[in-house]
Amino acid sequence: MVPFAGWSMPVQYPMGVLAEHLHCRAAAGLFDVSHMGQASLLGAGAAAALEALTPGDITGLKPGRQRYTLLTNEAGGIIDDLMVAALAPDRLFLVVNAARRDVDLPHIAGHLPPGVTLEPHPDRGLLALQGPAAAAVMARLGPAATALPFMGYGPARIGGIDCMVSRSGYTGEDGFEISVPATDVEALARKLLAEPEVKPIGLGARDSLRLEAALPLYGNDIDELTTPIEAGLAWVIGRRRRTDWAFPGGTAIRDQLEHGTVRRRVGILPDGRAPARAHTAIVAPDGTAAGTVTSGGFGPSLGGPLAMGYVRRDLAADGTALALVVRGKPLAARVVPMPFVPHRYPR
Amino acid sequence: MPAPSETRFTKDHEWVRFDGEIAIVGITDHAQEALGDIVFVELPEPGREVGAGEAVAVVESVKAASDVYSPLAGRVLETNQAIVDDPALVNREADSGAWFYKLASSDQAAFAELMDADAYKTFLETE
Repeated sequence: MVPFAGWSMPVQYPMGVLAEHLHCRAAAGLFDVSHMGQASLLGAGAAAALEALTPGDITGLKPGRQRYTLLTNEAGGIIDDLMVAALAPDRLFLVVNAARRDVDLPHIAGHLPPGVTLEPHPDRGLLALQGPAAAAVMARLGPAATALPFMGYGPARIGGIDCMVSRSGYTGEDGFEISVPATDVEALARKLLAEPEVKPIGLGARDSLRLEAALPLYGNDIDELTTPIEAGLAWVIGRRRRTDWAFPGGTAIRDQLEHGTVRRRVGILPDGRAPARAHTAIVAPDGTAAGTVTSGGFGPSLGGPLAMGYVRRDLAADGTALALVVRGKPLAARVVPMPFVPHRYPR
Repeated sequence: MPAPSETRFTKDHEWVRFDGEIAIVGITDHAQEALGDIVFVELPEPGREVGAGEAVAVVESVKAASDVYSPLAGRVLETNQAIVDDPALVNREADSGAWFYKLASSDQAAFAELMDADAYKTFLETE
């Protein structure tokens, strides 16, 4: 168990990180992500109020749909990345990072017009069921949820417990995120774990799964000093938002989109076997500083080391040779396309 | 000269035993258990002169990287390529087949100060 954003969480269960990771890609894994911040944004104008704080198209989010978006600051930096789901035009559901909840919620609450309220849900747990067998498990326990398309959102009764479910996750696999009253979360977890395909997955494999899927981790790969363009997240900017750029940092972000950024998030594959962890220095072929690794380790499905990091724009093209300075020695590596392991989201 | 079979242990969870004048070094079963799935091992170059307590090898699990400190001073004679090719061997056979390196060492004084099996067992219980 390790401390994590004020919670005590398991790095691994008895199966171990490697087996947990591979099990999730082969069958189904259950993650207790109850540490994440859940909240509802309620009232007429809720979508417009949230949209004013993000580059995403939130007012265009149809009921029953979820979207990945960002809270940005005036410089275009990322305050947090979050999921926004719509139950109705005046009823949004948010999931934010645990370590950013105490920043995000006051930030949102401080920008709401009369009639829109933010209601945190510390009384709700969150489970993620992820992997190619997740849908088959759900078909037995909560068939209503299997009707959800990818990034769909709605109510479902799972094992007799009323839940709010999205067809999403953070592993690159098909799966479900299940919001449930805290009083029911253990009972639901036990029902899911009783299914033969399902094993519990700890923080270690959660990190290696999301790294192989090249999904950014807030605090490592993105933060208030990185912008959506640098992070390769320009796709979160809604088409309509690109006409008026009326969101925090919109002008700076438009300028970066038009003129390019100094640095860029890239996937990096070491040539050898040595993992390069976060904060590893990246060096260009001519010996000049190229950037820094922001996430790195060993990819069990990849069968070798992998990393993400920010490099100078002139070194960001796929195939570019780089060196990673590990324990004082430059190790050969190259820029590769992301994700490292293909996403297998349902169509 | 200690008996060839005697194994001594460090507080950093390395083991060392002598085979004649050659010291064989590895990490303990407790160490591999704590590290978890081992995915990378880096060993010292043969010929390198190492000091007692000097970081000489690296073992990385899916969770983190850890240094391996030489229990004794001496000159590295040979390293175990099998654990470089198959790092998980350290998880399976930490106490025996997954030795890290062999050392030409006459550091008997340092050896005598290391924990024996009983003392290491007690150390693990109190750590």
